[in-house]
This record gives sequence, C-alpha cells and structure tokens, in this order.
Amino acid sequence: MGKDRVAVVGIGQTEHQATRGDVSMAGLVREAAARALADAEVSWADIDAVVIGKAPDFFEGVMMPELYLADALGASGKPLFRVHTAGSVGGSTSIVAAQLVQAGIHERVLTVAFEKQSESEAMWALSMPIPFQPPLHAGAGGYFAPHIRSYIRRAQAPDHIGILVALKDRTNALRNPHAHLHEHDITFHSIKDSLMLWDPIRYAETCPSSDGACAMVLASEAVGDEAAAAGRTPAWVHGTAMRSEPTMSADRDTVLPLGGAQCAAEVYRQAGITDPRRQVDCAEIYVPFSWFEPMWLENLGFAEPGQGWRLVEDGATALDGDLPVNMSGGVLSSNPIGASGMLRFAEAAMQVRGAAGEHQVDGARLAVGHAYGGGSQFFAMWVVGADKP
Amino acid sequence: MVDVVLPESLRGVEPVRSVRIPARLEYRYTPGAASSRFLRGIAEKRILGERCSVCQKVYVPPRGACPTDGVPTAEQVELAHAGTVVSFCVVNVAFYGQEMEIPYVTANIRLDGSDLPIMHLIQECPADEVRIGMRVEAVWVDDADLGPTLESIRWFRPTGEPDADVDIPGEGVGTGLGSWVGGTAPGEGP
Repeated sequence: MGKDRVAVVGIGQTEHQATRGDVSMAGLVREAAARALADAEVSWADIDAVVIGKAPDFFEGVMMPELYLADALGASGKPLFRVHTAGSVGGSTSIVAAQLVQAGIHERVLTVAFEKQSESEAMWALSMPIPFQPPLHAGAGGYFAPHIRSYIRRAQAPDHIGILVALKDRTNALRNPHAHLHEHDITFHSIKDSLMLWDPIRYAETCPSSDGACAMVLASEAVGDEAAAAGRTPAWVHGTAMRSEPTMSADRDTVLPLGGAQCAAEVYRQAGITDPRRQVDCAEIYVPFSWFEPMWLENLGFAEPGQGWRLVEDGATALDGDLPVNMSGGVLSSNPIGASGMLRFAEAAMQVRGAAGEHQVDGARLAVGHAYGGGSQFFAMWVVGADKP
Repeated sequence: MVDVVLPESLRGVEPVRSVRIPARLEYRYTPGAASSRFLRGIAEKRILGERCSVCQKVYVPPRGACPTDGVPTAEQVELAHAGTVVSFCVVNVAFYGQEMEIPYVTANIRLDGSDLPIMHLIQECPADEVRIGMRVEAVWVDDADLGPTLESIRWFRPTGEPDADVDIPGEGVGTGLGSWVGGTAPGEGP
C-alpha cells in the first residue's frame, strides 16, 4: 500500500513542572503548539488539521477538553479530533497525525498532547474500586509492581538494576532544560534509600507527576524538502506501528507482552531494520518505573530474553553507550501523562535532526520512539531518520 | 500579559490560582450474565470459574467469553479455595480516596484449577514473608455476612504447604511470549 513520505518539521514542548500555575490547560497546549510552529517557521493559518491526545478525562475531571481547546489550538474552521489510548496516547496521537499526511489528505498537521496533573487526581482515578471486588487497587505502581517482580525472578536480575536506570535517567535530565526533575544531588544511595512505595518499586524509581505539553508539525515531503533546503533539517518518518491486546487473557505474558514485540517487529519491518541493537542509534522508550527499561529492551528486540538488565549494568544504555536510551531523562524525569508518549517520539526526532542540545547523541541518524499504555496492552512506536526513507 | 484593573476592594487580595471542586459519579452497575453466575456462587461460598471449549483455559471471575478464542465459556467449573501466589506488591503509598490501611500486600493468586490469577489481599503473615510460589487459602467472612462480592473473601492466608512451582505464561518456555530469541520476533521464526 502506497504512503506519502512524512517529515517532522517542527517540535515544541513546555517547561514541565509539578504545577504550571501560570497557565490554564489552553495556555499549556498553546505554549507547546506555538513553539512547534515557530520551529517549523509556519503560522497558525498554514495548519490544515489538528490532532490532539491526552490520557483519561477522569484525571482532571474536565470531560472532552479537546472541544474547549479548539480555539486555543487555532482549529476553528479546520478538522480537529482527539485520540485516546491511555498512557500510549502521545505516541498514537503522533501516528494518527502522520497518517493524515501519509494518506495525502493534509499538507501540514499540528499534533499536540498534554496533561495537567496538578489539576488532577491520577492516583485516585487509577485506583477506582471495581464493583464486587475488594478496594485494593493502588495506582499504576500497584498494578505494575507484580510484573516487575516477575521480571526480576525470570531474568534473575540483581536489585541494583532499577536504581541504575533511575540514576541514569535523572542524570540525563540535568542536560534537558525542559525536564521536570533536575536533581543535582541524586546518587545511587539516595535512590536506594528512598521509600519502598510499591515493593519492589522505590519512590526514586517512580515517574513524577507533571504539568506539560508537547507538539509537532508533521508535513508532506514537499514541505520537508523546503525545510531541508532552508537549513531546517527535518526528521523523516521511516515507520509507525500500533498494537493492542486483551488485558485479561490467560495466555498473556504481562512481563513481555506479545503486542509490544509485534509492534516493534512491524515498525522495524517498515524501516528496514533487521538488527535493532546495531542499526538503531538511540531510543526513547516509555519507562515510568525504572525496571521497565530492561523489560522493554527485551520486548523491543534490543536484548535476548533475560539479558536486558545486562545492557543497563554494562552502561550500554547510558548517553555515551552504544545504545543510548532515554537521553531526555525519560518519563522518570517528566511525566505529563498524555504528553509522555509524544515526548518520546519528539525526542527521537530531535536526535536525528541533531537538535537535542546537551543531550544530543553524536551522529544519531536513526532513532526509535516508543510508548505503552493501559495494563501494558496498548503500544505505539515510530522510527525516524535523518535520511529520507 | 494584559494588565487587568481591579476594583478597589480587590486590590492587595491574593489572586486565585485554582479552586478544588469535588465531583462525583454514581452509577448502577450491571454485572452481566457471567459475573452474575459467579457472584451468586460467591454468596454461597462457592468459587465458580468457566472453561473455554477451545483452549480449555479456566477463567475466574468469568466474563462469559474467552478473550483468546472469542467463544462463550459455557462449562462451569467449581474451583478450590486455595491457590498459589504468582506475584505480589507491598503497597506503602497513601493517596486520596484510599480505603486500605498501609502497608498491605496485594497478590495475584492463581486458584487451583484456574488459569488466570485474581488480585486479593494476603494477611496472617508478615509482609516480608510473602513470596512467589507461596500456597494460600481463602478466609471467608462469617456465613451471615456472605454476599455477591469478592469481599466475601476477607483475605488469603498461608496454608503452610511447601511452595509450588509457578508457571507464568511464557516463562515455561524459558523466554516469554513477547521475547525476541536469536534476534527474531515472536511468530516470525522459521
């Protein structure tokens, strides 16, 4: 099936913080969108359509916020629609926007994702008592901790791996001015000594609760060529994939979900990647709890079963390793939930554009962005490159 | 930013950044045919799962259909009140709306004869003694308090039996369903 090429010509994000009390939701999304437009050197009038994503409305308690945000996003008189796939939404929103260009429907699409966690009760929203069941649910950490424990047992991984991931990501975040957390005094021991919130997940191995938004301008090949000619290097989309799977299946492997592996296999097939560990220069993957780095390294084909933690221990995923992972500081350093997936996709694009500033990986030409959501049941990935596919 | 001219009475008053407006939703929940069968069983102190006629997996609580094969789970299976801890979490985080006192141990427990774990509380045992493979049994509320809810099981407690092998889906083959082996994605091999 033929697809038009897609270029990422503009990227913008907010300053992510625990509370962005200076802006409303509309102000937050507009800040990211305006920065993406400025980066692309286009105006609101140049945008053909807007695709917006966020996590469940239950978080902030504002139902269907995309309707009230239409004017702030310059969508009057244009198509606007909302994507929702739980935590992976920032990734799937980017993909839906890319598809509007791939299909030849639009020339320039603005895609935006956000969350305003300071106006939200995410722990409450993720811990709703289920009718006829005891009220035991304790947020995402309570749900994922048993999966992590299973991974540690299965892979026979040492306890310090989760600490090393947190230390790496939070240290990377010191190079990222947009990151929510800038923990200059963080050490291996400060992480190790932090409270065990959801054993085996420590407080310092847990993502923060952030206000923030991310936006991108995705454009046709002609627009991408113009940007390149003007010296504004675009990132080219080499592949996009989404997969889902049922949560409550007896056959499901919750540690290494089949849907995640299939999503990776499909996106690599599109991008012509046969050996991800060698061919991919860097990856931004969705790691809300530190142990998900080794788990996803295995699920995405970067490591053999049970070996993902060795990449962490060997420093392969450090900024100066042979497969840098979460150069931006990742979800562990900024977590405006709805935007978190798009921030992964955007960081991958920034890397291949050579525009990642202090967290730039030298010579990055092919990068992976990844997001997952729900009970590890929704997956979204893209591969972006410095060269045209 | 636009400078707004405030009336005299409001000058010097701290600006309002946000207000907290609790909202509530109340809804009437219809459990559906399969859950109703299960919940009626619980009210009689019986745990009823349902078997898929294609893959033979036993689901509890049943949802009436097998998510893998897409067929009704028509055969009812009465399950033991004992099972094995597949994995668990020690919850030590307090949050708005929480009903449990922390810390508490939630476990994914696979009841004997079933194929999908249920989540429940582990008690009558120090948190640091809970482990994967531990054998546990249901402790029910008094008969007079039995009702159509899993809260009719107060918690699970250790049986004292030797630990059981835990067969996590995918783990049996040493890899995992979503593992890449020899650089090959699942389902793509020769």
